[in-house]
Amino acid sequence: MDAATIWLCIFAIGAGTFALRFSFIELAGRMALPESMTRALRFLPPAVLSAIIVPAVLRHGPASDLYFGIDNPRLAAAAVAALIAWLTKSVVATLAAGMASLWLIGWIVN
Amino acid sequence: MTETSARQDWIDGISVMLPLIPGVLPFGMIAGVAASEAGLDAWAGIGQSMIVFAGASQIAALQLIADAAPALVVILTGLVINLRFAMYGASLAPHFERRSVWMRALIAHLMTDQSYALSVTRFNMRPEMSKAARLRFYMGNASLMWVVWAAATAAGYFLGNSIPPDWSMDFFVPLSFIALLVPSIRETPMAAAALTGGVVVALAWTLPFNMGLFAAAVCGVAAGYLADRHFSQHRKEPN
Repeated sequence: MDAATIWLCIFAIGAGTFALRFSFIELAGRMALPESMTRALRFLPPAVLSAIIVPAVLRHGPASDLYFGIDNPRLAAAAVAALIAWLTKSVVATLAAGMASLWLIGWIVN
Repeated sequence: MTETSARQDWIDGISVMLPLIPGVLPFGMIAGVAASEAGLDAWAGIGQSMIVFAGASQIAALQLIADAAPALVVILTGLVINLRFAMYGASLAPHFERRSVWMRALIAHLMTDQSYALSVTRFNMRPEMSKAARLRFYMGNASLMWVVWAAATAAGYFLGNSIPPDWSMDFFVPLSFIALLVPSIRETPMAAAALTGGVVVALAWTLPFNMGLFAAAVCGVAAGYLADRHFSQHRKEPN
């Protein structure tokens, strides 16, 4: 692909992505969003966070399959992290517990 | 509003993003490596991270460019992956009402999974935050994310992917989202939304264009909304 076409792609994706990001922020700046919509959107953060977490825990690389086995070290490390998150509500403690568990399991298994 | 508390909002915004950076770095570097492998010059390779500023979309578009796909396919793929941002915008909008169009445009451009999740969970935990404080908190974390993303892409473009895969740095991403998700589940409908989102993404993850994530978000929101209505009806019954 030549440089001009590459820049066309970058600007087109950039403009379209901006339109997606801006659409509702702009709309809500002009009119009140329906109450049922704002009520429903309270559930977007848990839905989306969970949907980002699950594939990242169940597979090793961008190309690999999901792996549900109990011997998946990422699954065990994520469970430890979730417990620590629940007990401490601390991001740093959760990251430390999760990474330490993953490295420890990797070290024991190898 | 004193000057010190205004500065504190910025510092809070920046410091909540700091623990997420180890997870962001490897993805930015992958985007930089993909840009160099797809034959982009350094300006385009780093410019895409500043202009598009959306990792999964950039990496997918770069892979298609490397495979010599038609420009229209590259553009549409890059866009479909970012559909979720419209939902994030609707969710963030009530916090940023009555801002100038330029400020709203800046808020929009700096929107990412990370900034959205960090900001909305904080706003929900602290409803007493003023609108001005919310804006500073968001701008603090979102602008740091933008700088880190551009720097990580540049590092990947020039140096290659130099973080050893054995370190599992990418695992910081799900961990930081676990740290945000778990304490935010304080009622059953929230749990229903999270559970549905997780199950749907696992079932639908083979769908192309990140549609599994989008489907999971839509189904999770629907599940949370229905559970909320169900429970609020039950609460009304004894009266």
